[in-house]
Amino acid sequence: MFAKLKNKEKWNKYFDSLKFALYCITHPLDGFWDLTHEKRGTYAAANTILIITLLVRVFKLQFTSFIFNKVYWEELNIFLYLASVLFPLALFVVGNWALTTLFDGKGRLGQVYMATCYALTPYPLIQIPLIIFSNGVTVDEAEFYTVVSGISLVWAALLIIAAMGQIHEYSMAKNILFMVASLFAMMVMIFILLLFFSMITQGVAYFISLGRELLFRL
Amino acid sequence: MKNKIKRISALLLAGTVLFGSSLIAGAADIERSYTYNYDWWGDVQDSPDAYEVTGVYTSVDLGLEKGLNNPNGLYINGSNIYVCDTGNNRIIEITRTGRESFEVSRIIEEFKGDVEVTTLSGPTDIAISEDGNIFIADKGNCRILKLDQDLNYLMQFDIPVDSTLDPEITFQPHKIVVDTAERVYCIATGINKGLIKYENDGVFSGFVGATKVTYDFADYLQKKFATQAQREQMVSFVPTEYANIFIDYEGFIYAVANGQEEEDLDSEQAQAVRKLNLMGNDILVRNGEWPIYGDLYWGSAGGYEGPSQFEDVTCMDNDIYVCLDKNRGRLFGYDDQGKMVFAFGSNGNMDGYFRKPIALDHMGHDLFVLDILDCSITLFTCTEFGETIYSAIELFDEGAYEASGAAWERVMEMDGNYDLAYIGIGRSLLRQKKYREAMDYFELKYDEDNYSKAFKQYRKEWVEDNIVTIVVVLLILFLVPLGIGKVKSIKHEIDIADIFRT
Repeated sequence: MFAKLKNKEKWNKYFDSLKFALYCITHPLDGFWDLTHEKRGTYAAANTILIITLLVRVFKLQFTSFIFNKVYWEELNIFLYLASVLFPLALFVVGNWALTTLFDGKGRLGQVYMATCYALTPYPLIQIPLIIFSNGVTVDEAEFYTVVSGISLVWAALLIIAAMGQIHEYSMAKNILFMVASLFAMMVMIFILLLFFSMITQGVAYFISLGRELLFRL
Repeated sequence: MKNKIKRISALLLAGTVLFGSSLIAGAADIERSYTYNYDWWGDVQDSPDAYEVTGVYTSVDLGLEKGLNNPNGLYINGSNIYVCDTGNNRIIEITRTGRESFEVSRIIEEFKGDVEVTTLSGPTDIAISEDGNIFIADKGNCRILKLDQDLNYLMQFDIPVDSTLDPEITFQPHKIVVDTAERVYCIATGINKGLIKYENDGVFSGFVGATKVTYDFADYLQKKFATQAQREQMVSFVPTEYANIFIDYEGFIYAVANGQEEEDLDSEQAQAVRKLNLMGNDILVRNGEWPIYGDLYWGSAGGYEGPSQFEDVTCMDNDIYVCLDKNRGRLFGYDDQGKMVFAFGSNGNMDGYFRKPIALDHMGHDLFVLDILDCSITLFTCTEFGETIYSAIELFDEGAYEASGAAWERVMEMDGNYDLAYIGIGRSLLRQKKYREAMDYFELKYDEDNYSKAFKQYRKEWVEDNIVTIVVVLLILFLVPLGIGKVKSIKHEIDIADIFRT
């Protein structure tokens, strides 16, 4: 295992693919095509970007000036907070793949995941300087923060759309149609999950009350 | 707004943990202190008592032969307390002779003058002008009386002459205030066009400060498609009547209204308290994090439901105004920025608890509350905690910033959860140009605006102090890449230069 870590070629490949994220966010169509078709991207780099994104989310809580981000620490659950990124991501990746695979989508599940993670790059890239910046401004200058923060999200969203088009080899119209369809797929999955959990709850509660009843009677 | 976000997020959270917690019983209710406050998040924070009950005075304590019956109005002028004993058609003047001693100095039942009826019938309010003239809302006799201080009839104010008014309505003046020029402002039962304003010669000069009519789109649609018969069944969109008014030392009128819809209060379409200027415009400052309508959360336990119902208001000379909630028998104090100073009280039969409080007034810092069912007057005086808060606010207004800061420090020692203390210390530090320390205090209690003020100054100072370093760093940032580029290009030229080629 350690031998693998010492493999210099692997490291070079990793750093190259990580650097390729910067190319992807500035040249989305070309970049995301090469990402899968030319095998320029790696899962390691995708995971790294995702982890950095999650870390930035956490650092944002602690280090952003209170003017922009007031945290109710008493009720903060860091795992739920991180799940607010991971859960939609997982839903989107699965939902998108499940749909596109039925309609000539060329991307595989792993590739959808990789491209989505690469598309998240602008978020940490913009948010890290913003965290520092937020500590140097007053409320009067807050607009700038809000606008730039918004740009990071819009940029990432546009990248996701572009990325999906390229890896599935879809036309523009078909791509957008399937983005909307993916959103619906996500909602359907949420609905089914809720249904599932509430059924489980009911089921468990039934057997518990049955058990209680038995204990009373016997 | 924030209220709503919090509720929704709480709901979501509840949803996510639904299946884990459905088997666990709800957390037990925590016993709350008598006095409380809300922090920035809107959480209830227990607080030491700002006011304590000094005495509860009934007709027996005051030495009245006939007990009070349905008393409606309470008015304080100097050291005189006037209680409108509506059910007995009289007004009782009580003089405060000491901290806890009172004596009845006169009972106003009739007056001298050249009018048909020289007795009172169900008086509900009284007001005294600066010249000492007495104004009485003689509700049963449909008039507002103006008497001199020896109870000689001077004049009376009758139903306003106004074509928009329903001619069949009987004039029932309910609450009155008088300004320094002896103009009378009156709330009359059944008239919802605002306050009735009379000039000092008795001429009706218009309605001022009507509350805004509130309705939402759903109401509008329903009304649009309803038949005539249905429409008559519906509640009409009319302004709410004010419950009570109070004129402060500057001549602004505080008016409270109750019975508004919860949604309207939440969306700040309806206001429980308004501060009216001479034009009748609302100029109440609402800089607090939470709307000014008393309790932020309410259950429906114990037969009391819905939001606080403000029945009376009084404003002290330090611009702190106190509202009386008849629903849960509570008093809510707010400062001139609209931030809650204290909230206390409840329903009950103990001292400091009410059955149905109806009127409120102040004498100095002391508060008097009249209970219509209990027929008693409760006197609240400041505790050390309350007195320190007041002195901190008053010292700040006088410009004694350091002393104010010290007073706030004492408040903070007594109650570490008191937000205003932190902000008060911060503001005092800000005035003393200690920006860095001020920022810390503001940050603790999420006061963005004051924090920004302090931070702006701090940043300015910091830049001025470090201007040399900043310039040097910037220069380095520019020059180093430039230099590197230059060196590289020279190197390149040397590499390709002919003379070095062999």
